[in-house]
Amino acid sequence: MSKTVTTRDAGDIKIIELHGKITIGSGDLQMREGIHAALAAGAKKILVDMKDVTTIDSSGVGELVGCYTTATHRGAKLKLMALPPKISDVLTVTQLITVFDVFADEKDGIASFG
Amino acid sequence: MIESAMSTPIVLWLSSRYANIELAEALLERVCRDRGVSEESRHWIAMALREALANAIKHGNRQDPEKRVLVTIGCDDGTLSIEVGDEGAGFSPEDVADPLASENQMKTSGRGIFYMRTFMDEVAFTRGQTGGTLLTLKKKLDTDSKRKGAEAS
Repeated sequence: MSKTVTTRDAGDIKIIELHGKITIGSGDLQMREGIHAALAAGAKKILVDMKDVTTIDSSGVGELVGCYTTATHRGAKLKLMALPPKISDVLTVTQLITVFDVFADEKDGIASFG
Repeated sequence: MIESAMSTPIVLWLSSRYANIELAEALLERVCRDRGVSEESRHWIAMALREALANAIKHGNRQDPEKRVLVTIGCDDGTLSIEVGDEGAGFSPEDVADPLASENQMKTSGRGIFYMRTFMDEVAFTRGQTGGTLLTLKKKLDTDSKRKGAEAS
């Protein structure tokens, strides 16, 4: 079974790659654990790569919002990149697309941290 | 064939486990594929079903595996109907806060019903025979044959 979350470093930026379904009871919790682990390890710049996400539900969206809030409270920045159209639609209809910093690809995402 | 069996609805009784959402989604996918529903529509209908089942399992049945969730999938005159019933205490959808309100934007929950209403044509909550909430979702199907006809005209 492939992992839902994989992480790698690009300099001081932690890139968290999500794969497959970010849905209730499985992918949502793994995503939270992956992001919280990065924060616990001291990451201040987190870029969530969503290009391989096939589905996200309200639970996954809720966890993403929670992770964003947690990161902000800890003085870290959490940004999103490479949203597939359907994932972008899910964030757009709830107007969350305006909350997150969203970038087309890794190059733009990394550059945004300055 | 699912197609020929759709004169009567398909009925599933599921225990209250999130893993069973995948089972119901796979069945819905098969029903929609057999009826030529576009990939785009299948995705959003499946999302609505997932939200309905998640609500029934989490909020209705409180994840009690002894409590069941009823899923009925039917199609009549080009309209897909999905019913999801739980054995919980029932709830009032009007008590759910508007997820678009600024004070709710950063909440970690409360978007499921909004997504269902966004992606389906009709969403109705009633009291079910099992004592809990019976949620009915309806969607006029956008089939490949209809799209081809529309493109040709």
